[in-house]
Amino acid sequence: MNLRWFHKLASPPHFYQLASALGPWLGCLSIALIVAGTYGGLVLAPPDYLQGDGFRMIYVHVPSAYLGMMAYVVMAMAAAIGFIWRIKLAHAVAVSAAPLGASFTFLGLVTGAIWGKPMWGTFWQWSDARLVFFLVLFFLYMGYLALRGVTEDRDKADRLSAVLAVVGVINIPIIHYSVEWWTTLHQGPTITRLDGPSITMDMLVPLLVMIAGFSVFFVWLLFVRLRGEILVREQKSRWAQEFVQRGRV
Amino acid sequence: MKGFIQVLTRDLKVALRRWSELCNPLIFFLMVASLFPLAISPEAPDLKRVGTGVLWISALLASLLALDGLFRDDAEDGSMEQLVLSPVPLTIVIAAKILAHWLITGLPLVVIAPVVALSYYMPLDTLTTLILALILATPTLSVLGAIGAALTVGLRRGGPIVGLLVLPLTGPVLIFGTRATDLAVQGELAAGPLYLLGALLALAIALGPLATSAAVRVSLE
Repeated sequence: MNLRWFHKLASPPHFYQLASALGPWLGCLSIALIVAGTYGGLVLAPPDYLQGDGFRMIYVHVPSAYLGMMAYVVMAMAAAIGFIWRIKLAHAVAVSAAPLGASFTFLGLVTGAIWGKPMWGTFWQWSDARLVFFLVLFFLYMGYLALRGVTEDRDKADRLSAVLAVVGVINIPIIHYSVEWWTTLHQGPTITRLDGPSITMDMLVPLLVMIAGFSVFFVWLLFVRLRGEILVREQKSRWAQEFVQRGRV
Repeated sequence: MKGFIQVLTRDLKVALRRWSELCNPLIFFLMVASLFPLAISPEAPDLKRVGTGVLWISALLASLLALDGLFRDDAEDGSMEQLVLSPVPLTIVIAAKILAHWLITGLPLVVIAPVVALSYYMPLDTLTTLILALILATPTLSVLGAIGAALTVGLRRGGPIVGLLVLPLTGPVLIFGTRATDLAVQGELAAGPLYLLGALLALAIALGPLATSAAVRVSLE
């Protein structure tokens, strides 16, 4: 099997160029998807029989929460790859994903609270396992960033924080299954069910479009952060110096 | 196995020669537990209601306090490097150190906790459940703490952030520990949460030393 393309992908200058080339396309695609999903969610989808128009919060809340978790998985997997095979680019991916994941998690918490007030009558419910563990996810991101903050040597910071990120992965399945293990306020899964989604197509399609849009948006921002991260990490190498001097950043 | 026992006895000996450091987490535990009645209310019904939580939070904080000494002394005088170089696998060494740490800091907490529980007007027949839950939970806390201690042992400014790294991971232990004690206070069967605490402990014993030794290796470089 020819793995040259893969090795090439892990080389910082090559990846930098790829990220620069793909950036605008990803940006346009994510904006198009989010605009389409917003229109579908706010205008085309019918009101919910129970929650009325209030349910439309789902189109922001679910994608943010999903990406908050997904970004952690991306971060932990990249960190593990970087730790095991010593691929520097993988560490750069993990570092770049962390603040994005923390932001999405924060968005998920805030939109959930705004949605919860009219529907459940409360912003926050301590007895709900999913809420609590989602907050823990936010704390895990903060711990990861704090550990990186106090470690002066970058190489060491990469590998120490990788261990922490991998240990924290245990929280992800807990969040995912929390609504099934402890049935409290938060509703159960509606999309990924064995007997098919329990949500009507008119509501489901905009939601999926929004999730896709948020995901592309995440990859786009990840690439933007990665380009900066790569340049900082490669500041001693020739290609990066020439690149910056030519002013083509 | 021989290496495991050697490291264990060595760590116990070193710890037993420093009585004052040994007592610190214990005294801290008592202090935190006795500050709650001053902060909340000294009335019996109030104390009975918060007793479980106070015990668990105090145990958690006390176990955090003891973490710094787990690897730092050995790393500073160079004996940790010798242990890394020794033919005994590092995971075994780490497992022995964690066990020693639990025997020194965790076990005394388990012993003294019933006294605090009684002072919070918890019924006498719930104490067995409380002790069982603590016996299952405190080793898990020690393992989690060891990961945090190993991550920060090489850092000059690392000490204060251990809590930031470890506390998010302790959520499940706290939930099931409190749940077991609560069920016992209400007079119901507490087997379910106890089994889950046991499962968490098994998971921690199996994977914790691996993560800790990986972190120790990086920290010592």
